[in-house]
Amino acid sequence: MELLINTALLTLLAAVTIGIARQRNLFGAIILAGIYSFLMASLLILLDAVDVAMTEASVGAGVSTVFLLAALHLTRSLEQKSMKTPVVPLFVALCVGAALVWGTVGLSPFGTPDAPIHQHVAPTYLTNVVKDSGVPNVVTAILADYRGFDTLGETVVIFTGGIGVMLLLRGSGRKRREEREGAEGKAGAKSENEA
Amino acid sequence: MRLDVVLRIGTKLVLPFMLLFALYVQFHGEYGPGGGFQAGVIAAGMVILYALVFGVARAKLIAPQRLVEFMVPLGVLIYAGTGVVTMLLGQNFLDYDVLDHTARHGRERGIFWVEIGVLVTVASTMIAIFYAFVERGR
Repeated sequence: MELLINTALLTLLAAVTIGIARQRNLFGAIILAGIYSFLMASLLILLDAVDVAMTEASVGAGVSTVFLLAALHLTRSLEQKSMKTPVVPLFVALCVGAALVWGTVGLSPFGTPDAPIHQHVAPTYLTNVVKDSGVPNVVTAILADYRGFDTLGETVVIFTGGIGVMLLLRGSGRKRREEREGAEGKAGAKSENEA
Repeated sequence: MRLDVVLRIGTKLVLPFMLLFALYVQFHGEYGPGGGFQAGVIAAGMVILYALVFGVARAKLIAPQRLVEFMVPLGVLIYAGTGVVTMLLGQNFLDYDVLDHTARHGRERGIFWVEIGVLVTVASTMIAIFYAFVERGR
């Protein structure tokens, strides 16, 4: 049953990806990207990564879709046709994709308990978490306690991103241009008076 | 004329549950899936939905722009401040053991405040970015 659901979801994921690549209408592409995120969230639930699935659904499908639509509001909604046929990018993409697939061959089989990632610090976390902090959700305990520095960094990244977008979209741009134009208008009027 | 009545009433019905769910995700994050990041996005989603349906002017009445922009650094300061408090109490930065009588409760308390910091920054950043986009579009 799980195999069936997995296959269906992955097939849909591939179909949506091709759809995004072929879509010229940016509105359609954004909606497809939202659908992609929801499919990805479903897959992550199947992988028992509920925390990540929740993030994917709320950020990937929810807020990013809204932001992309807001950005679309500022531009045209039809992607322009590229002049050249993208041979080199296609080649690079195929090479990177092949390298990644080749890399997965070296991974230990899916879900094996003796994979290297399950041997390092994970057992310590899993055995100690309730004793140490009384927080049953291991993901939260790792994020906020054992890896507190990382999460502080992530929060600062979000802060920096927000400040950057605010500066780009509001700080400079129109307001300053208007001010400059206003100053120039005044200067022009002055010189006319003098003449 | 007003054909969007279903949309308006539906939004009004959904909004309190969105806020409740955000708070649930925030404060239940220690027991179930979720945490500050997801809760912040859901809370911001509530304000953004309100702004989409009722207009940004009315959304700025519930989430004033100045408050939102004040909260963006405030969350980072709450997070880092937790670390500073642990340092003042004689431990390493972000080592929560000293925040309560027992190390275990101290850690729980530390995680609580850190998650609050994440919530504040994430929610306000999302709302601030949305406001910035909308202002630019005018």
